[in-house]
Amino acid sequence: MIRTTRSWRIAAAAVAAGLTLAACGTTDDEGGGDDENAGGGGGDAACDVSLAFFGPQTGPAAGLGQPIIQGAQLAIDQYNADAECEVGYELIDSQGSPDQAPSLATEAAGNEAIIGVVGPAFSGESDAAGPIFAEAGLPTISPSATNPALADNGWDTFHRALGNDATQGPAAAKYIQDTLQAKQVFVIDDASEYGAGLADIVKEELGDTVVGEDTIQVGDTDFSATVTAVTSSNADTVFFGGYYAEAALIVSQLRDRGYEGTFVVADGVKDPGYLDGAKDAAEGTIITCPCIPAEDPAVAEFASAYEEEFGEAPGTYAAEAYDAANIFLDGIAEGIDNREDMLTFVNEYDEQGVTKQLKFDETGEPSDVHVYAYSVKNGEIVSDQEIE
Amino acid sequence: MDLNFSFFFSNFPELTVTGLAFGAIYALIALGYTMVYGVLQLINFAHSEVFMYGTFAALWFTMATVGGGNPGGFQTLAILIGALLSAMAMSALIALILERVAYRPLIKRNAPRLIALISAIGASFVLAELMGLRDRVTGWVGLDDDLRDYVGRARINNSMPNIVDNKVLFSIGDADVRMVDVIVIVAAIVMMVAVDQFVRRSRLGRGIRATAQDPETAALMGVNSTRVIQLTFLLGGLMAGVAAFLYMLKIEVTKFDVGFLLGVKAFTAAVLGGIGNLRGALVGGLVLGVVENWGSAILGSEWRHVVAFVLLVVILLFRPTGILGESLGKART
Repeated sequence: MIRTTRSWRIAAAAVAAGLTLAACGTTDDEGGGDDENAGGGGGDAACDVSLAFFGPQTGPAAGLGQPIIQGAQLAIDQYNADAECEVGYELIDSQGSPDQAPSLATEAAGNEAIIGVVGPAFSGESDAAGPIFAEAGLPTISPSATNPALADNGWDTFHRALGNDATQGPAAAKYIQDTLQAKQVFVIDDASEYGAGLADIVKEELGDTVVGEDTIQVGDTDFSATVTAVTSSNADTVFFGGYYAEAALIVSQLRDRGYEGTFVVADGVKDPGYLDGAKDAAEGTIITCPCIPAEDPAVAEFASAYEEEFGEAPGTYAAEAYDAANIFLDGIAEGIDNREDMLTFVNEYDEQGVTKQLKFDETGEPSDVHVYAYSVKNGEIVSDQEIE
Repeated sequence: MDLNFSFFFSNFPELTVTGLAFGAIYALIALGYTMVYGVLQLINFAHSEVFMYGTFAALWFTMATVGGGNPGGFQTLAILIGALLSAMAMSALIALILERVAYRPLIKRNAPRLIALISAIGASFVLAELMGLRDRVTGWVGLDDDLRDYVGRARINNSMPNIVDNKVLFSIGDADVRMVDVIVIVAAIVMMVAVDQFVRRSRLGRGIRATAQDPETAALMGVNSTRVIQLTFLLGGLMAGVAAFLYMLKIEVTKFDVGFLLGVKAFTAAVLGGIGNLRGALVGGLVLGVVENWGSAILGSEWRHVVAFVLLVVILLFRPTGILGESLGKART
């Protein structure tokens, strides 16, 4: 029901936005024509173009969207500071929901001024919105969607600026095996595109060490049957593939029942919301993430600029979003003002970014991937080590 | 799909106790649905929000009183009682407001029941979204900075400071029975018995039963139907408040839309036990909670809701009036 009311509101907003954008569209086209000539002649930066963020700005996963929005914002602000024509920045709020993604993607595709998308943030919405972006030829660089299958769809427009779960999953498994020396592992997932995919890879990698598994439902709050299954399996380690809201509930209820094993989760849990939700129970949780720690010397300059602008340390995927936005901005600086040229530019891009060497293979996967382990110590998520 | 019976049988006691505890919470919420149905023959779909506001009252009271460290024994008890009372007060208040704003004007005009149902659904959205947008609502009056701890993170999970040491009380076989589960089950049953006795024995309770049985005759006999309806909402609200407090004790986390799923489940419990029947709500809640847990254990937790609703359909096929059947008025005179 809530959905219905919201979709009405969104539909109304979309119609309104569509009307205004249609009006803008004509002017953009004219402007675009001029710039093309200008770009061909002198290599001046393109005008009247925008980048877009696609992901949760509000909604239950808004906490994960914020650093991405701000990371890209920082890149754009830095570009605009000494650019003749400012690059616009549209925020497309999907609330992280795959249901809303297609209509929002269509809306974004219809806005000709948008020539690059930072996002979609999550795997589920990427899957839903991907075909629409591919058809519109609108290049996307996700700073955070990690489901491996996304790259197999043959969408030329799809790119991501971080390693997928096929690299994160084995890294998590490796950490569980080598660093934690786990003998018996219980694997839980939340049946989401992201969580179930990750859990399957971990199960496959760990093989016989997995002594039990369960699937929970997103939105549930009572996990007593799962907790009983974990405690009676004598597992020394629990891996959960899913997002922070459920992770916090599961770990609280496990600790509440006296479970003392290690709780291992992936990047979807690397959020302050996890610490708020689980409080003391979060202590000792291991979080894997293909995201670079803010303390890493490579991101020091970015981190201080980010902190200066937003008054907080960069959150998860802020640096990746910054990199993604900068790829597009480099293209705009070279005078690219349309999606087709931008797509070619992104596909051929090969530069050192803040987080890694930014270069995509033909499926849109980054060629250079790092996975890091974090742990929760004294109520904070601190970097532990890079998983080699 | 593999059926995991060995796990089910070896953990039967623990699964049953945790299932009973959650079922007891369903039962307390179900009471609100069943009582309003008994008196007005309509489903108060906003009751889930009555519960949700109770969880926040318990949360805020605890946050305001606990402070930093873990308080001692007596103080903990005082905080718990305070949280319980504030949850009950908040839920009762919301229930009364609902009755006054969303129902009474319609009942007075003799509007069709369908209209009241829609009004309730509307009220439910308004209440849930008000809570989900509480940071902006307080922003209008400029209090959002002062109340940041309470109104921040408006659309995500808010968790309560852990105040009860969830220690093992006793063991059945090799299953541990823990403090919180015992508190939840005992408190729920005590409250249900109290309400049942109140409705059966007190003068006001007789008024409720009389109105449920035949509103016109009851009115002719001098029963003030507006007062009776108010009282029904009040009782339902108080019980939802108790449920909210127990829920926060057990789950410790709440959110603006937490009422939706629980409301649906509690309504299911009410129908399962026989809607309009107080004892039916208790039976329905406990059965639903336990069967859900058993089903999760055998089939996997992803089947939890499937098990719950298949159970409902099957029971209604064989007993269309629910397990205990009959309604408030026709029951035990």
